[in-house]
Amino acid sequence: MKKDPIIFDINDLHVWYGEKHILKGNKIEIEREKVTALIGPSGCGKSTFIRCLNRMNDFIPKFRHTGAVLFEKQDIYDAAIDPIEIRLRIGMVFQKPNPFPKSIYDNITYGPNLLGIRKRSELDEIVEKSLIKAALWDEVKENLNHSALALSGGQQQRLCIARALAVEPEVLLLDEPCSALDPIATAKIEGLITEIKQLYTVVIVTHNMQQAARVSDYTGFFLMGDLLEFGKTSQIFTNPRNQKTEDYITGRYG
Amino acid sequence: MAQTKNLTLQRQKWANRLFILCALAALLTALLALVILIGDIFVTGLPRLNLDFLTSYPSRKAHKAGILSALVGTLYMIGLTTLIAFPLGVGAAIHLEEFAKESRFGRIVEINIANLAGVPSIIYGLLGLQIFVRAFQFDRSLLSGAMTMALLILPIIIIASREALRAVPHSIREGSYALGASPWQTVYHQVLPIALPGMLTGTILALSRAIGEAAPLMMMGALTYIAFLPDGLFSPFTVLPIQIFNWVSRPQQDFSINAAAGIIVLLVMLISMNMIAILLRNKFQKRTV
Repeated sequence: MKKDPIIFDINDLHVWYGEKHILKGNKIEIEREKVTALIGPSGCGKSTFIRCLNRMNDFIPKFRHTGAVLFEKQDIYDAAIDPIEIRLRIGMVFQKPNPFPKSIYDNITYGPNLLGIRKRSELDEIVEKSLIKAALWDEVKENLNHSALALSGGQQQRLCIARALAVEPEVLLLDEPCSALDPIATAKIEGLITEIKQLYTVVIVTHNMQQAARVSDYTGFFLMGDLLEFGKTSQIFTNPRNQKTEDYITGRYG
Repeated sequence: MAQTKNLTLQRQKWANRLFILCALAALLTALLALVILIGDIFVTGLPRLNLDFLTSYPSRKAHKAGILSALVGTLYMIGLTTLIAFPLGVGAAIHLEEFAKESRFGRIVEINIANLAGVPSIIYGLLGLQIFVRAFQFDRSLLSGAMTMALLILPIIIIASREALRAVPHSIREGSYALGASPWQTVYHQVLPIALPGMLTGTILALSRAIGEAAPLMMMGALTYIAFLPDGLFSPFTVLPIQIFNWVSRPQQDFSINAAAGIIVLLVMLISMNMIAILLRNKFQKRTV
């Protein structure tokens, strides 16, 4: 049986932080093994939205939500669901590179270790495979025991991607992964996103509209907590239906 | 206009000089008092300080008296206090900082810990006397003393450990959670190793407070004349500050010389503990940056 092409089905999602109404009833379907970009001005709720997809909002006090976030037809906010299992299946990379203050090797084996993988040969293989996928292997293969903090910002971010891939998630969430990086490092990360999208579903939040246009298959435009427009990237960028989307992507505000 | 500006500048320059002078005077006053104190002690005590002094038990004759039992008692007590206070303090800090939900109860606990850190040590002595010596019937033993001291420094350890935990960037915790780690795994594998140097430093500084305390132990009724070494948790004991206090209160001149020598030993212990704290901090700082 062929898998349903829709991996995430989000329906009428509202989110509040305390009294603040951040997301106001969004509906979005995210397709499997495609790159979906979320764009919009600062404070529009796109980061809040992506953090709902693997329950990273659980740690924010006063977080409250209504509506359904269906992942493989199951509501991830269902009381029977273990958020830890969700995060194992849905990896995430953050805005600021956050390598652990350990060696490159230990950064990548942390996730597999938590899963109980202890055999050295197996771990070696995971480290190599993950670093190759994250386009970092050639730069660090001689120095796997060096501190991850000695890497450049762009390398650190690719290490964080490798670390997320090491537990073989089904989905990779990228929350403005390039906003702290220079253009060369950004190009490398964009290159690796196009590489890995054959294997993973990728959702990326970005401030950079050219980036969304370059890497994504689908694009959603958020404004003030509303998903104003969602569609194929080519359509959004050449022929937006909403006047506000057009204003934003042509740089009239934001 | 130009003249006014010039005048103001001149005045500011002088005010600035005056301020620096005042600050320097304050510093020198503080330092001077310390130098005189330490100088006096060293002049009096240093000639008395020799191997015999370190390896003799107390005696009625000043020139035969030594501090062996007090020195060993202090080392045992500090060791035991560490074993009790460090795990408790770190555990409490982890709970308050990482797991406790924000609540009225939590805030009350927080305020009270800060208050406890300011309670005079003699009050802890009363508490120790009533609970450990009498209620638990541990008597005036090493264990009672160490437990009292542990209570005394627990608030300081908790506060220092919480600060160390708070200094761990939130992004590290997020990174760990995003890889499917549980809260406990995140604390154990990522947060604790980063916070540990800060916790150790805080604990050592707290211990160096405990090492100089005589009041709570005297309140508890620790003995002063001990001519043997503690041979277990329930053994009677004495510590350096008590021995020093005892010698100082004797009328004979020779005993005050012994006291001065005892103070030097105590000072050396304190300085070495603070050095260890600094070394630890530097060592770990280099590793994490």
